[in-house]
Amino acid sequence: MLYINCPHCGMRSQNEFSYGGDASVKRPKLNKEVSDQEWDDFVYNRKSLRGKHLELWQHISGCRQWIKVERDTATHEIFRTFKADEEVA
Amino acid sequence: MQKYSIFNLVKNAFSNHENWDLAWKDPTPKEEYDVVIIGGGGHGLATAYYLAKEHNITNVAIIEKGWIGGGNVGRNTTIIRSNYMHDENGLFSEFGMDLWRNMSQDLNYNVMFSPRGIINLAHSDAQMNAYARRGNSMRLNGIDAVLLNREQVKEIIPMADFSENVRFPIFGGLMQPSAGTARHDAVAWGYARQADSMGVDIIQNCEVTGFDVVAGKIKGIRTSRGNIKAKKVGICVAGSTNILAEKLNMTLPIETHLLQACVSEPVKPVLDNVVTFGAGHFYVSQSDKGEMVMGGDLDGYNSYAQRGNLPTLQHVLTEGIAMMPFLSKLKMLRTWGGIMDMSMDGSPIIDKTHIEGLYLNCGWCYGGFKATPASGWTFAHTIAQDRVHELNAGYSLNRFSTGHLIDEKGLGTKTWIS
Repeated sequence: MLYINCPHCGMRSQNEFSYGGDASVKRPKLNKEVSDQEWDDFVYNRKSLRGKHLELWQHISGCRQWIKVERDTATHEIFRTFKADEEVA
Repeated sequence: MQKYSIFNLVKNAFSNHENWDLAWKDPTPKEEYDVVIIGGGGHGLATAYYLAKEHNITNVAIIEKGWIGGGNVGRNTTIIRSNYMHDENGLFSEFGMDLWRNMSQDLNYNVMFSPRGIINLAHSDAQMNAYARRGNSMRLNGIDAVLLNREQVKEIIPMADFSENVRFPIFGGLMQPSAGTARHDAVAWGYARQADSMGVDIIQNCEVTGFDVVAGKIKGIRTSRGNIKAKKVGICVAGSTNILAEKLNMTLPIETHLLQACVSEPVKPVLDNVVTFGAGHFYVSQSDKGEMVMGGDLDGYNSYAQRGNLPTLQHVLTEGIAMMPFLSKLKMLRTWGGIMDMSMDGSPIIDKTHIEGLYLNCGWCYGGFKATPASGWTFAHTIAQDRVHELNAGYSLNRFSTGHLIDEKGLGTKTWIS
């Protein structure tokens, strides 16, 4: 069982969360010419890192907020969690 | 190569079976190969076998980080089927069914192929309509499909829950009678033994650490056992594809996810077929030893751990008990996990890459085992002829940018869509 420290609610079990994928993916800017490659990278292509991975989770059975979680994809260790709009250094 | 036969079995019995040849050798890597296949799983071993058998290319090495058959070919639930609606998947898988049917003879190795039939249960009128449509598509592609009503399903699997007041009553199902199971380890070992006998070097405990690419052309690979030159390189490492892609500065439409399976204690024969639950993701079959072999959803987050987590297992088995209540009385014998290439449309990729002489076989999602022979056959063709075969033309790498997705279930990495 993973335990995720929701920045809004505190430590909760993974059963309360749903996964949202790589948090480092950025949507192309609005009102700007976007190439096929940029759309491809945004919609489909993923690095899927082994090791530290910054990802989105939604606290779906709690506060329903989207959050960012820094987790190791090889050991499942969770290092830090952030609010969705927090910049991660 | 020593043939496996009743006569050789009797002959070797007189020497207490101590004088059998090794099934495959343990060679040191040569300096150069015509083709290097990275990944000694089912697909990699099959690719090497068909390169030698169909294309007469025998200066081939298989480079395996661990031991052959230690990844997903040894971790799956051994189900073989071709019950797909889309032409790309249906024709590819049905081609594979023919290879499965002759595999034991072809490899001189008993892979215990057991065409016991698969039943996908339907739990609503809408689902029955969808299955009728899928069944028709299958039959148009020459694949056997039978639409069963509730009574017919009850006759085949009476142990399922047919009571009236359940959340997901059984309306009927779609059956592919020619689908079945096979002994997964035997598939890997059979391909390895034949490939080895035709001159393929199977190099284990050898990790690929990098690639030599000069002017857009592959020249060789770097490994933990030294550099190996190669005219062509095929990547066949489901679960670790993203790790190798990173070394090539490629970003692929794949996420690496964790999938679990489990077996119960062995019980007397109760279930003749493979059965899937239609209102979630759960499937079950009974092994020859009597264990109930079960599996279902991904754990749901990127992972390279090769071991699972309990919440998903609980979720999957809840569905199992809803479908067949007797499963709740069984003790669990073993659970395990493997790491999957989850492609973004749920379908695989067998294609050339932008690097000349580098070929990619990945993205098998939940369905890699049944594809083993067809994947090896088409990948060998793609490598040997430097062009895709019509069977794997749809499994292109650029279909994501051109919009030619094969959305059989429209799932991919986003399992919550189901």
